[in-house]
Amino acid sequence: MAETGIGASVRRKEDPRFLTGRGRYVDDINRPGQLHAYFLRSPVAHARLTSIDTSAAEQAPGVVAVFTGQDMAADNVGSLPCGWVVTDRHGEPHKAPPHYPLARDKVRYVGDHIAMVVAETRAQARDAVDLIDVDYEELPAIVDVRDAMTGSLVHDEAPSNLCFDWELGDQAAVNEAMGQAAHVVELDLVNNRLIPNAMEPRAAIGDYDPGTEAYTVYSTSQNPHLLRLILCAFVLNLPETKVRVIAPDVGGGFGSKIFAYAEETCCTWAAKKVGRPVKWTAGRDEAFVSDAHGRDHFTNVKLALDQEGKFLALKVDTTANLGAYLSSFSTCVPTYLYATLLAGQYATPAIYANVKGVFTTTAPVDAYRGAGRPEATYLIERIVEVAARKLGMDPAELRRKNFIQPDQFPYQTPVALTYDTGNYEPSLDLALQMIDYQGFAARRAESERRGKLRGIGFSAYIEACGIAPSAVVGALGAGVGLWESAQVRFNATGTVSVMTGAHSHGQGHETTFAQLVSEKLGIPYENVEVVHGDTGAIPMGMGTYGSRSLAVGGSAIVRACDKIVEKGRKIAAHLLEASVDDVEFKEGKFTVVGTDRSKTMAEVAFTAYVPHNYPEGVEPGLDETAFYDPLNFTYPAGVHIAEVEVDPDTGITTIMDWVAVDDFGRVLNPMIVEGQVHGGIAQGVGQALLENCVYDKESGQLITGSYMDYTMPRADDLPPFRVGMTTTECTHNPLGVKGCGEAGAIAAPPALINAITDAIGTEIDMPATPEKVWRVCQAQFVQAAE
Amino acid sequence: MYAFEYHKPSSVQDAVAALSDKEDPKIVAGGMTLLPTMKQRLASPSDLIDLGGLPELVGIREEGNSLVIGAMTTHAEVARNETVQARIPALAKLAGGIGDPQVRHRGTIGGSVANADPAADYPAALLGLGAAVITNQREIAADDFFVDLFETALEPSELITAVRFPIPQRAGYSKFPNPASRYAIVGVFVAQTDGGVRVAVTGAKGSVFRVTEMEQALASNFSPESVANIRVPADDMNSDIHASSEYRAHLVTVMAKRAVAAAEG
Ligand SMILES: Cc1cc2nc3c(=O)[nH]c(=O)nc-3n(C[C@H](O)[C@H](O)[C@H](O)COP(=O)(O)OP(=O)(O)OC[C@H]3O[C@@H](n4cnc5c(N)ncnc54)[C@H](O)[C@@H]3O)c2cc1C
Repeated sequence: MAETGIGASVRRKEDPRFLTGRGRYVDDINRPGQLHAYFLRSPVAHARLTSIDTSAAEQAPGVVAVFTGQDMAADNVGSLPCGWVVTDRHGEPHKAPPHYPLARDKVRYVGDHIAMVVAETRAQARDAVDLIDVDYEELPAIVDVRDAMTGSLVHDEAPSNLCFDWELGDQAAVNEAMGQAAHVVELDLVNNRLIPNAMEPRAAIGDYDPGTEAYTVYSTSQNPHLLRLILCAFVLNLPETKVRVIAPDVGGGFGSKIFAYAEETCCTWAAKKVGRPVKWTAGRDEAFVSDAHGRDHFTNVKLALDQEGKFLALKVDTTANLGAYLSSFSTCVPTYLYATLLAGQYATPAIYANVKGVFTTTAPVDAYRGAGRPEATYLIERIVEVAARKLGMDPAELRRKNFIQPDQFPYQTPVALTYDTGNYEPSLDLALQMIDYQGFAARRAESERRGKLRGIGFSAYIEACGIAPSAVVGALGAGVGLWESAQVRFNATGTVSVMTGAHSHGQGHETTFAQLVSEKLGIPYENVEVVHGDTGAIPMGMGTYGSRSLAVGGSAIVRACDKIVEKGRKIAAHLLEASVDDVEFKEGKFTVVGTDRSKTMAEVAFTAYVPHNYPEGVEPGLDETAFYDPLNFTYPAGVHIAEVEVDPDTGITTIMDWVAVDDFGRVLNPMIVEGQVHGGIAQGVGQALLENCVYDKESGQLITGSYMDYTMPRADDLPPFRVGMTTTECTHNPLGVKGCGEAGAIAAPPALINAITDAIGTEIDMPATPEKVWRVCQAQFVQAAE
Repeated sequence: MYAFEYHKPSSVQDAVAALSDKEDPKIVAGGMTLLPTMKQRLASPSDLIDLGGLPELVGIREEGNSLVIGAMTTHAEVARNETVQARIPALAKLAGGIGDPQVRHRGTIGGSVANADPAADYPAALLGLGAAVITNQREIAADDFFVDLFETALEPSELITAVRFPIPQRAGYSKFPNPASRYAIVGVFVAQTDGGVRVAVTGAKGSVFRVTEMEQALASNFSPESVANIRVPADDMNSDIHASSEYRAHLVTVMAKRAVAAAEG
C-alpha cells in the first residue's frame, strides 16, 4: 500500500482551506450589481390568503421589486415537483398537490413563502417585508401525524390529508404466522422529528446574462445537475443549455440540500425579471422553519417468534408525516427507503408493512441522514430488544440466533431487496469483546452502589447504500436514473483532473477520489485534482446522498481510469513497437511483458497531447468519461453497543461507553471513514437523547425554532467512540466498497434507547430527555413502594 | 436589526446623561443578550450607550469582608480571578458555567443582573450571598432588587456600577442546565454567611427566590440530608418543553442537596 493509495489514512486535502477560512461558500460569492432577496414567510400555520398589499413595500428605500405568487403564476412558473411517484395499495399514484415557490391561495406552514422583496441591501429587503400587508383567513393547524387524518384539509386534492396508503410484503403470510406464533411482542413508537441544522445555512444567487440569455445559479446543493434538471424541466421551463448550476464549497447537507427549494427558484426567476443578480442567504431562523425536516413517524410494530425465539413474522404499521408539501424525494423515504429494510440482519420469513403518508401544516419532511433506514433499524432493534426481555433471552444471543447466515447470501429478503453479501456474527463477536460484555454485570453492580442505573443496549443495523440501479428505482417510481459519472482527464504535463458527478459537502472526496485515481493510474496523489459541483465543468451527474459517492461515483471513476489505461496501452505499444496484447499496465508503467522496456503513464499522456509519433486510428488526447449504473444497492451492516448510566434523581443519562463495529466493505481512507462514523453516531445520539422538533399543537408555531430550544448534540454530550471493523467486500462493484456516511446515524438511536430501557426497565420514546426518564424512574419508585 | 444611534461615553456621568436625554436609549454591555434581541427585532432602541469605554466599571477588589465586582467585569474574568476563587469559589464556578467561552468573554455581571433573566445564574448568587447592587445612585439589596421576570428595581436612567458580595463561610452552587441553551432550568445557590444560611433558587420561577424552610433546616444542620426531604410547591413554577413545573420543583430539592454537598467541599 502506497502512503497515499487505497487504504491509507491520508489527511484531507480540503482541510487547510476550510480550517484557515479560505473555503468558498455561496455566501462568499458576490456578483457585480447584485441585489438581495428577503422572503415574507407565513407567520401562521394554515390560512387562506385573502389579500396581499405590497404597495408600501414597493415604495420602501432600496426596493427594486416585490413579487408574489400571482407574479410567478403570470409567468407560468411551475410547481416544485416530487421526483418519485409512489403507487398506493389500490394502484393509485400518490396525491401530488402543487407546491408553488410562492404561495398562491393558501399558506400551509409557519415559514411558507408568501412574497419576495428584492432590494439593494439585505437589510432594506427585510425592512420592506415588514411593510407587506397580508390578510389571513386562518384555518386550524395540524401538526401531529396521529391527528392528520381527522384534521382540517391541508390540500383539497388529498382527502383525509392522505397522500398515499402504501404497502409492501405478504400480509396474509404475516397474519397467519402471527396467529400461530408462540410469542407476539408489540410496541408503539415515535420516530421523532428532526431539523437538519447543517453548519452552513442554505443560500442561492441567481444571475442572468441578457447577452447570452443564460443563467448561472449558485446554490448550496448536494446535486447541482438535479437542481438544474428540476429548474429547467419542471419549474422555470428553460433549456438546460441556458442554465449552469454551481454548488461550490458546501458546509454540510445531511440530505437537506438535495432538494430543490423555493428560494433558489425565486432568485433564478427574479434575476431575469430585475436584470441584476439576486442573492439570498438564509438566517439560522429561516433554516429552522424552512429546511426540509427529517423522520417524524408514528409506528406500531409486532414481532412473532416461535418457542425458541426464532423470528416468524414482522408487521409494521406506520404513519409518516410528509409536512405541508411534497419535497423532492419525500415520498420514497418512508416507503422504498424504509420498508425495504425491515428484514434488518435477520432471516425473518414474512414481513408486511403498511405506510400512510400524510400532509400536515408543518415544514416539508424529506431525506435526512439515513433517510428511511434509521426509522427501519430503530423499530427492528427496539422490538427485538422487547422480545429478548419478554422471552428472558440474552439480547445478543437472540440476535445471533436470527442472523442471516453467511451461506444464505445472496439473500432475498421478503421486502424486495437482495443482500449480495454480509457476515453478521463476526461484528457481534468483536463488539461484545470490545465492550467486555462479560464484565457488564460487575459494572452494573458498581453503578448501583453509587445510586446509578446502568444499562447496555444493542443495535444490529443494516442499510442500503449506493442508490441505485436505475431500472430498479425506475420500476418503483423514481423519476430519474441513479447512475453516476466521472471524467478522468490527463493534462499534457501528466497531472490529472477528475470531474465527478458526486458532490462533496463534508465527505472528503477531494482526498479519497485522488487516492483512488492515484492508485489506479500509478501517478502521484498530489497530481490529482478533483473537480465537482459545477454543471459547467463536470459531466452530468446525480450528486451525493444515500452514501453513494464511492460505491457509485467511485465505480464510475474506476471505469474511466480503465478506459484511460486501455487507450494508454495502444499508445505505449506504438511507442514500444510492440503489440498491444503484449503491453501490460502496472504501477504507473506500460511494460512489454517479459522485458524491461516500458513507458510511464506521464510519457504516454504527453504523447497523447503531442502526437508526433502516434498510432494510426487512435484519437489524440487522454480524456475519458464513464457512467456507472450500479447492479444492486450495497449493504453495510454492523453492531453498535452503548452502555449508559442513568441518574434516577434527575433522569440524566450519561453515555459510559460506545463501541461500533462496522462492515463497510473495502475502505479507501480509514481516518475519513472513522470520522464519518463518529459524526453519524453524534447525530444518532442527538436524535435519541436531545433533538426534537416541536410544533405547538394549537397554533402550529414552531416552538423549537432556535438553539435556545432545539438541542443539538455537543462535544460534552458524547463519549469517546471505539470503532472496530469487519469486512465482506461488496460483490458487484469494482471496488468492493459499500458506503459509510449514514451508518452511525442509523445504528445509534436504538443502541442508546435500548441501553436506557435496560437501565430503567421500561420502554421510552425518543428523545429520552431527563424529565421523561425521571418520570419513569419515579413511577417505578412509587410502584415499588406500593 | 433596526437603525440606532451609537454612543460610547467616557464617564459614568456622560452615560447617565445620555440615558436621560435620549428617546428610547439602552445600555449595551457585553451585548450577549441585547444584540440577539435587536437582531430578531424584538428590541429597537433609538440609542445604544456602550459602557465599553469605562474602565472604572471593570475589575474585582476585596473590600473588608466583601468582594466588589465592577459591572463591566466579564464572566470569564470572575471565573478565573484568584481572589474570587479563594474567597467565594462557588461564585467563580458559577461564572465559569455560564454559556460558552464566547459568551463568558463578552457577557458581564452588570448586564446579567440588569437583565434579570429568570434562567440566569448570577441572580442566584446575588440572592444566595445577600449581595448588594451598586448603582450610580444607591445600593440595592439583592432581596429587593429582583422584582419579577426581566424586572428589577432599577430606575430608567439608573446604571449598575458594581455588585458587592459579602464573603461567606462557605457556599455552593448546583445547576441543572437547559440541554439546549445551557441556561439554568434550576440553579440553587446555598451559602452559610455571617447573617445566617441562605438558599436561593433561579430558573424555577419568574424570578429568583429564597427557600426559607431549607434555610432553617440547614441552619441547625448544614448537610445535604437536611434538605433532602424538603419539597417546594410546583404550583407557580415555570413549565416548558424542557421541564414541567413538577419536575422543576423536584429538581430544586436535588440541586439544593448537591449545592450543600458542594459547599461542604
Ligand atoms: C449563547 C448564550 C448562552 C448563555 N448562557 C447563559 C447561562 O448559561 N447563564 C446565564 O446566566 N446567562 C447566559 N447567557 C446570558 C449572558 O450571561 C449575558 O452575558 C447576560 O445575560 C447579559 O450580559 P451582557 O453583558 O451581554 O449584557 P447586554 O446584552 O449588553 O445587556 C443586557 C441588558 O442589561 C442592560 N445593562 C447592561 N449593563 C448594564 C448596567 N451596567 N446597568 C444597567 N443596565 C445594564 C442592557 O441595557 C440590556 O437591557 C447566555 C447568553 C448567550 C448568548
